[in-house]
Amino acid sequence: MTKSAILEVKEGKTRQAVNSFLKDLFAKNVVEAMLVPLAHPSGTNVVQALISDPSHVDQADVFAPVMPVNSAKILQAMTRLTPVDRKTAIVIRPCEMRAVVELIKLKQIQPANLLFISIDCPGAYSTKDYPKFAAEKKTSDDFVKAGFRWAEDAQLRAGCQICEYPYPLTADITIGMLGLEPGQLLLIADTPRGEEALKTAGFTLETDSATAQKRQAALARFVPEVKERRKKFFEKTKEEIGGIEKLTQVFATCIKCQNCRAACPVCYCRECVFVSPTFELESEKYMRQAVKKGGIRMPADTLLFHLTRMNHMANSCVGCSACEEACPNDIPLLKIFQLTGAEVQELFDYVPGRNVEEPLPAAAFLEKEFQEMGEKK
Amino acid sequence: MAETTQTKEQFEPRIIGFLCNWCTAAAADLAGTTRAQYPPNVHPIRVMCSGTVDPMYILKALLSGADAVMVGGCHPGDCHYVSGNYKARRKIAMLKQIFKSLGLDENRVWLRWISASEGPEFAKFMREITEETRKQGPSPLASDWTV
Repeated sequence: MTKSAILEVKEGKTRQAVNSFLKDLFAKNVVEAMLVPLAHPSGTNVVQALISDPSHVDQADVFAPVMPVNSAKILQAMTRLTPVDRKTAIVIRPCEMRAVVELIKLKQIQPANLLFISIDCPGAYSTKDYPKFAAEKKTSDDFVKAGFRWAEDAQLRAGCQICEYPYPLTADITIGMLGLEPGQLLLIADTPRGEEALKTAGFTLETDSATAQKRQAALARFVPEVKERRKKFFEKTKEEIGGIEKLTQVFATCIKCQNCRAACPVCYCRECVFVSPTFELESEKYMRQAVKKGGIRMPADTLLFHLTRMNHMANSCVGCSACEEACPNDIPLLKIFQLTGAEVQELFDYVPGRNVEEPLPAAAFLEKEFQEMGEKK
Repeated sequence: MAETTQTKEQFEPRIIGFLCNWCTAAAADLAGTTRAQYPPNVHPIRVMCSGTVDPMYILKALLSGADAVMVGGCHPGDCHYVSGNYKARRKIAMLKQIFKSLGLDENRVWLRWISASEGPEFAKFMREITEETRKQGPSPLASDWTV
């Protein structure tokens, strides 16, 4: 059962329509503050901003195809110590929403007073490529008109091209677009809180409207399509990086700066073991390792870093490509981490960001699982 | 050491074993006190619980030149800390899956439940893991300076 209202888009001006909705939230006192992507005056980026003055909403550009930072990281910084004290709308993409759910489970985000608004997401370009897009005088409205066309748009971030969940799984309100006629957006209340917010903002909600059903039908078509695309992508990835030789080739250009870790929304540890005293070794220990193998790559433990990180976060990997974006040497991290992430998640029947009540695989177990492991052969 | 240049005929596997204090390490003790004979290829590291073994340590051993790594814990239901071994099982299932996904050899990672009373089982397992690893040959990671 979907409760939704139609948001009319006049003359293809999606951005204006969304912004008028966001303004209503302020005007009707649904929220007092908002975390929302605003167009940077430079014209070269669209960045998250925490605003309390509704006039800033005019600069909001929710569908602009750029995501410089996964906002889950922003919310972690904001709410880890104390929850926000006033009603605040959080306008984020589906992959950010999923990372938020993971961080709530990891006690890094306190969601009290937050109203999550997410979108049917047509994807984003690399932060490095967005200025080019903007310089061609293209706008988010043009981008939205082109719709969902990952397969054709090779400029999209690697993660967007194979995104399994470009629609929100747990937001309070979804700004729906999938499968709809141009000129319409759908405001979907996915939770009682979202329903109340939309009603207070002056919308009349319809249950299972024809438009909502259209979107559901589009989703039903879309899911097997993307599954197939992902399957092919992973098969190709295995050919590209499978085996120790190819794997070390991929990481040959790694400088172990650990930017991928810093940018990853679900790599949440405040003190990573790789910057802890565990890896502050006396010279003799390096020397002993070198003697044992005849030689070791320096900085030491480069591949260990990536494989360990994978073991620590693969279950929660939402495939946002923040790691790949952060890599100064363009290592194709997304495909490697999504490949392992997807297969590990399948192993535990786990979808990161699906449900905040679902325990993290590392924190749970079943007595009757993997029973052949540990037993005599 | 010159081990890395050994040919397969004279190959002696180097194996790291993480043994749970309450079961597998005690079984190792029992195997010793009962004078059970087994090959000395497994270098034991006693840990308080198999559940404490972060995959990082298994990876570190393999990337540093171990030919195989084993984790030994209490049988399911017998964990001294109630559920540590179940968590170890999940961690290792995940590690093995990641190896499979990346085309690495998951068979170089072993998990085995051996209780404190199973001294003979421990000796038998030492023979099994040593012979299996000998059959697999030296780990390609052991002689690769780039990993």
